[in-house]
Amino acid sequence: MLDFLARIGHIFILFLQAAGRLALFAIIAISHCVRPPFYPRLIGRQMIDMGYYSLPVVGLTAIFTGMVLALQAHTGFSVGAESAVATIVVLSVTRELGPVIAGLMVAGRIGAAIAAEIGTMRVTDQIDALSTLSTNPYKYLVVPRLIAGTITLPLLVFVADIIGVFGGFVVATYKLGYNPGGFLGQTWDTLKTDDVVSGLVKSAVFGFIVALMGCYYGYHSKGGAQGVGAATTYAVVSASIMILLFDYLLTALFFSS
Amino acid sequence: MSERVKIAVRGMKKSFGPKLVLDGIDLDVREGESLVVIGGSGTGKSVTVKCLMGLMEPDAGSVKIDGAETIGLGAGARFELMRKFGMLFQGAALFDSLPVWENVAFGLIQGRGMARRQAKAIALQKLGAVGLGPEVGELSPAELSGGMQKRVALARAIAAEPEIIIFDEPTTGLDPIMADVINELIVKITHELGVTAISITHDMASTRKIADHVAMIYKGRIIWSGAADTIDRSGNPYVEQFIHGRAEGPIQMEIRAL
Repeated sequence: MLDFLARIGHIFILFLQAAGRLALFAIIAISHCVRPPFYPRLIGRQMIDMGYYSLPVVGLTAIFTGMVLALQAHTGFSVGAESAVATIVVLSVTRELGPVIAGLMVAGRIGAAIAAEIGTMRVTDQIDALSTLSTNPYKYLVVPRLIAGTITLPLLVFVADIIGVFGGFVVATYKLGYNPGGFLGQTWDTLKTDDVVSGLVKSAVFGFIVALMGCYYGYHSKGGAQGVGAATTYAVVSASIMILLFDYLLTALFFSS
Repeated sequence: MSERVKIAVRGMKKSFGPKLVLDGIDLDVREGESLVVIGGSGTGKSVTVKCLMGLMEPDAGSVKIDGAETIGLGAGARFELMRKFGMLFQGAALFDSLPVWENVAFGLIQGRGMARRQAKAIALQKLGAVGLGPEVGELSPAELSGGMQKRVALARAIAAEPEIIIFDEPTTGLDPIMADVINELIVKITHELGVTAISITHDMASTRKIADHVAMIYKGRIIWSGAADTIDRSGNPYVEQFIHGRAEGPIQMEIRAL
């Protein structure tokens, strides 16, 4: 019995240690975000990588999400369907599914790439080489990715919102035979600035989380190819879990009153 | 070579978990001298230079560079101090996302804020100094052979004209001729630029070529040090065994029966 409790305690302490290390890493990285030197070229390159090249995959997931929402709402709510479908599509996409789905896709695409790149730099001594060339690896590697992630994901989600609603519109009008004008009117009436803004704030947090987890696991990877592989997995899994966790916390914060 | 001590290490200790890697290293390197640290694999050579440069924090001890204590420096002062150093990493550690010339110019552009055009001219000149033509500058590091990567890394280490250069296993993994080319370059660079050099190696041919002074490390301690030309009459059984590469002697490898 005592053994069992000791094991639980040990796991709990390990968890707290890991959380502490991550928090420390985040604080150091954020403190470097506001102190020169800055690398605007690197931020720009990361934004193109994360944003522009993620457009196809995020757009595709968004359009199918909107389409399936319209279909589900139609079959699920048989009465007063027209207004319900438009409302469900636009609120679900802007408040919830746009940020979460884009966040998860970017976690898979970008979080993994960040962890693999920085991890490989770590195990091949390139991060130490940066230090010996008087360049702070936090500023050169971590900060541009954190800033780019935090700025880029909201932009991406804004586009995904539009594409998602469009997907719902296409299914509602062409497949389910709703009146296009009525659907758009209902969408416009339902949509409030708060819905979109809360979604964009969420996605800024998600973008930060994805970049942070990628950088953290990459930066601390060790042990060659296997270590880099493990870092990549941890980065994607932990970013995905944290996105869902923070999704709940932020929703509770925004819409509790 | 002057008599002024450039780097003074006292009682440096470092462990990883339960494993004690450095057990009180004492080392003096004089200005303009080429010190070679020899020792078997896993005896703490790499950890010694990493602690000395501040890439790792030692658990205890003191490292003075130009008489000033460097242990416990803040991040800003540490990166300032790094300007004195250049390092050739064992695996070259070139940045694979950048072309060769930008690798060489990296310390000038990022570390010193030099204009890219001016830094490129210096980079191409340094590439020439290690026997690589300007056409190599446009290639990516992945397109180079191992020997060329080492030479590019050498050019990168000297580009910002450091006062101290660290060579970590400069000849490991190279054919004997390329190894000698690298040795010649190291001798040329240290003599021409008058820099203080610390090399770590287990290659005795390289040691004899580049060393003014030799220190042998075993089980995390310096067990012998002396001028390079006295190494054959060291009278130290550990050194004797190492320089002649004998399996029998006081240094025992932990090998189980087949």
